[in-house]
Amino acid sequence: MSTFWIAVIGSSALAFAVKFIGASVPETFLSNPRILRINTLIPVALLTALISVNTFADKTQLVLDHRALGIAAAVTLLIAKAPFPVVVVGAAITSALAYRYI
Amino acid sequence: MSVKRDSFSVSITVGAYGSAFGAAAVAADFSVLQACLLSLLLFSGASQFAVVGVIAAGGTAINAIATSTLLGTRNGLYGLRLAPILKLRGWRRVVAAQITIDESIGVALAQKDEAEMRRGFWYTGFGVFIFWNLFTLAGALGAQAIGDPSAWGLDAAVPAAFLGLLWPRLSDRKSWVLAGFAILLALSLTPFVPAGIPIISCTLLAIIIGWRK
Repeated sequence: MSTFWIAVIGSSALAFAVKFIGASVPETFLSNPRILRINTLIPVALLTALISVNTFADKTQLVLDHRALGIAAAVTLLIAKAPFPVVVVGAAITSALAYRYI
Repeated sequence: MSVKRDSFSVSITVGAYGSAFGAAAVAADFSVLQACLLSLLLFSGASQFAVVGVIAAGGTAINAIATSTLLGTRNGLYGLRLAPILKLRGWRRVVAAQITIDESIGVALAQKDEAEMRRGFWYTGFGVFIFWNLFTLAGALGAQAIGDPSAWGLDAAVPAAFLGLLWPRLSDRKSWVLAGFAILLALSLTPFVPAGIPIISCTLLAIIIGWRK
């Protein structure tokens, strides 16, 4: 089985398991404030790492290319309070132009 | 605002975002079928993008699964919060679990009484599910039709999508500090460890920074 299929099936199965366990365990479980605090911070850490790597890495090499300009455009649009789709499309257009002309 | 209108507007806006996921998945060499299965079965935006993002960065399947699952732990806590309100058993609990995501819980918790909360949860959960899956298919087919992903900026659309998901979470100083350290750690590890490891390592930062109040 390919990497892709393992990733698709494995992540889907575990995602459902997490959702279902949450809906099934007693409420007092896991309501420790420390666990709640860490749980809200995990997405911040992982999303930031994903942005960094998907923008500035090519496999295991650090690179500065058209994607950096795309992300710069996304940051600018978010500061200007643009809606989600505009941010993604704006980043894609900027990156595509940079890829083509720089 | 009525709960129906709330649910619908959230469903269509968030659902449309599914086209970015479909396109990103195909740009990262997933098939159209695999992109659609992720939206149907995994059904949690950030986790889905994580699977695609880790694989696109050259990470292993195990790494993609671990990163995606850690991002999905919050759905478990949502379920915990909502279970006493939904009061479900059997197959209804299975269905509710699948549509327990940021948006359905968000709309539910914004309602005043328990009956409205239940309606908000179901309407939004199903609404996002339908539109998210339709738009995933559209985005995946679109990306398949256009060829070189870089020429269309799709390789920048993935991190931009993550940024869109991250932005509302940067609500206090602690999260900004964490984000700063996560950039440094992820990028400084990149040249030295296999792809995917720099991403998941940042979980440690969340634990360290979240440990103390």
